[in-house]
Amino acid sequence: MTQDNLLEIKNLRVSFRLGKDSHFEALKGVSYLVPCNSVVALVGESGSGKSVSAMAIMDLLPRANTQIAPDSQLLFEGRDLLQQSEQARRGLCGKQISMIFQDPMTSLNPVFRVGEQIMEVLRLHESLSKPAARKRAVELLREVGIPDPETRIDSYAHELSGGQQQRVMIAMAIACKPKLLIADEPTTALDVTIQKQIIELLMKLRETHGMSILFITHDLELVREIADYVVVMQQGSIKEQGPSAEVFSAPRDPYTRALLACRPNVAHRPLRLPVVEDFLTGREGDLPQGERARGVSASDPIILEVRNLKKTFKVKTGLFSHKEVGAVNGVSFKLARGKTVGIVGESGSGKTTLGKTILRLNSCEGGEVIFGGKNLMGMSAQEFQPYKRQLQIVFQNPYASLNPRFTVGDILLEPMRIHAIHANDKDRTEHAMQLLKRVGLDERAFNKYPHEFSGGQRQRVSVARCLTMKPEILVCDESVSALDVSVQAQVLNLLQELQDEYQMSYLFISHDLSVVKYISDEVLVMNKGDMVEYANADELYRQPKHPYTQKLLAAIPGA
Amino acid sequence: MSGIQSNVAQSKGYWQSAMKRLWADKLARVCIAILAVYFLCAIGARLGLIGASWNEEVGVTFANPSFMANAPNPQGKDSFIKQDVLKIDDATRAVDPLAPYYDEIEKRAAHYQQSSREPKWSLPLGGDKWGRDLVPKVIKAGEVSISVGVSAAVLAVILGTMLGALGGFFGGKVGDLLEWFYNIFTSVPYILLVLAFAAVFPKGITTVVLVLSLTGWTNTYRLIRSEYIKQRSRDYVMAADAIGASSSRKMFAHILPNVSHLVLVQLSQLVVEFIKAEVVLSFLGFGVPTDSISWGIMINEVLPELVLGKWWQLATVGVVMSTFVVAFGLFTDLLRDALDPKATRR
Repeated sequence: MTQDNLLEIKNLRVSFRLGKDSHFEALKGVSYLVPCNSVVALVGESGSGKSVSAMAIMDLLPRANTQIAPDSQLLFEGRDLLQQSEQARRGLCGKQISMIFQDPMTSLNPVFRVGEQIMEVLRLHESLSKPAARKRAVELLREVGIPDPETRIDSYAHELSGGQQQRVMIAMAIACKPKLLIADEPTTALDVTIQKQIIELLMKLRETHGMSILFITHDLELVREIADYVVVMQQGSIKEQGPSAEVFSAPRDPYTRALLACRPNVAHRPLRLPVVEDFLTGREGDLPQGERARGVSASDPIILEVRNLKKTFKVKTGLFSHKEVGAVNGVSFKLARGKTVGIVGESGSGKTTLGKTILRLNSCEGGEVIFGGKNLMGMSAQEFQPYKRQLQIVFQNPYASLNPRFTVGDILLEPMRIHAIHANDKDRTEHAMQLLKRVGLDERAFNKYPHEFSGGQRQRVSVARCLTMKPEILVCDESVSALDVSVQAQVLNLLQELQDEYQMSYLFISHDLSVVKYISDEVLVMNKGDMVEYANADELYRQPKHPYTQKLLAAIPGA
Repeated sequence: MSGIQSNVAQSKGYWQSAMKRLWADKLARVCIAILAVYFLCAIGARLGLIGASWNEEVGVTFANPSFMANAPNPQGKDSFIKQDVLKIDDATRAVDPLAPYYDEIEKRAAHYQQSSREPKWSLPLGGDKWGRDLVPKVIKAGEVSISVGVSAAVLAVILGTMLGALGGFFGGKVGDLLEWFYNIFTSVPYILLVLAFAAVFPKGITTVVLVLSLTGWTNTYRLIRSEYIKQRSRDYVMAADAIGASSSRKMFAHILPNVSHLVLVQLSQLVVEFIKAEVVLSFLGFGVPTDSISWGIMINEVLPELVLGKWWQLATVGVVMSTFVVAFGLFTDLLRDALDPKATRR
């Protein structure tokens, strides 16, 4: 009955007009239900259309080039939203249905105080007087767990932390006691510990307000924890839907099984991560069995030793004065040949700075990095030049780290030209072609530009660029964080294969504890520039000694 | 390995493939054709092949354009000076002290052939106040304007881009020094600066080019500098750093193609600006020499003509100049699109 279902989406088909007669079908007939007082999770990778369906509910799709098929229905409490006037839907949004977005930083207006922004919602929809709205705003901030709300109400967005900003967004969303809250990747931009707090807050609010939550995410482990119903989407259509318990215990669709399997898991460490293709082509049974052994023993040859590395940034405090802020405070570790040290920490912990400092991509204020018996930090830029090819880095964002004006060929040939690897361009091209094949790209990629590739393919190009120089050490700075789960598994597999093949050592920097557990032999935990704990991976995950590590591990969804 | 060979053969440099993309655009080909005509005319005029006779007074004052040849032209008729042939009779001989030499003069004059050229009442695009044909005039003027505008703009953009790249990429002391230099330059009122430069250099077209480019680089510098500051911390530049690329390589091979759109837009703006600025300079007496002609000077001449209803000089120079400016602007726009491998093609 419609009384039980807050929202019914029936055969929703949405297409975007791209050009004169080209269309992109974003949703190909999607139907699902959001029952009253429940959490429905929309799961899928980028391009699956999960956000488009939420935007269609909120009427946020650009009218100019969006076409919603006439037989589509969006029944909210039994009334079809698509048949209502724009004005009626405006009134509904924010009052009955509200939405929170992925990035709280960009969703809050930086020039208004957060209180004003909450009050605006209240005054618009509830027509409260100014003092009443302010009183209510303070109550809301207290409800979402902002400490000292009476003062915080007059803060600007930048004065709050990321987690607090998201709390303010939630306060705005629940201000008018909506019946449906749409949360579009609300915790993706946040650290794990903050994510846990926000999720707990959302669950608490659902109980106290009796609202339904449509939770959009790519993180299946998170969904397992919170959702009552799961809808798995891929490329605009629904692959599987059902009660959460059912979907997770006995997934019927191979795509769902693939998504569940290819995400690294803290409990297991397979020899090779399964990828989506394995499941879609029915090779599920042929996956290599067994666990990969990890860890570093005393006999492993040490290739890189970092001793008491320090990096400080100068922060201007006045016209002539500045103070120094420590980004990395005395970190020491050893990297063995063919092994991986995982560096984990939340944002601002200094893990990326550490990686860049070791490669001398920024200056260093103390400590030593011993490579090949020499201290890299003490060298002049000229002396360091030949060492550059030995230490390479794969950046987080494959969209930004490849020069958009270079073809893949140029990108691969450049390092070989700089370091005079091979006698001529013909040999270099041949080498580049081999590497392209090695990282799983077509030879035709050679003449293409980076923008013609997907994120995962671009990350493969980045890896190939590093491989041209046959580095001893590869720093992976959040290299798989920006990728979809299935692509992440592919790139992780590639990195593992290359390590086995070339005996490279990895410095794997990530905020993702599951991925780090999967790929690392040793793990170094950082917090606010300090090295908190450093141990063999298995040991650290089994028996975390430092309270901060314990807190981190406890926050992993599904753990 | 034949696959690799053929791939290498296809592999083209960034500029080469950009040119190919540019040529694929019909509009770009039209623009290139128009610009080619202009540049050929300018070169031809410089070599004296065309437009050399622009200064000859071949028509009556304000000769009508040939398509309205029969329109009344009172100024033209009035301005035509009648040459009365002197009749020599006995009375003249009696008083003229030169009379005994008449025969000899006649004899000598017979060696020369004299033909009086009738001034034309209409010219293809009309004539100016002195009855000069507008066609060679506008071509000759184009030579000066195009060479001044384009070369000054190219120089200014190169100067601005180089300084902006240095200041933006290195920052620190180098950046401060350049900023200081820029601030001093912009603190002096533009026209005073131009006059100061013009007073130091000798008069001539080269001076105009130098003056305009030495004063016109500041905007480009500011834009390019800010863009370099933005780009230098991008991941792809850091990746270039990680593979060991030198600073000049990072600056010019990596970042420059990514800011080329700004350079090109600056170029097309400055060309137009400088063609106009040359007029101001000429007006102040620091521009092109008085015996030469430019589009700017032609526009300057137009004002009193319009009062008399003689619109053809304005029409000619207006159409010729705006066609050039539009073609040049479109060309740089299309070049910018072609340089961006990501831009969607029509």
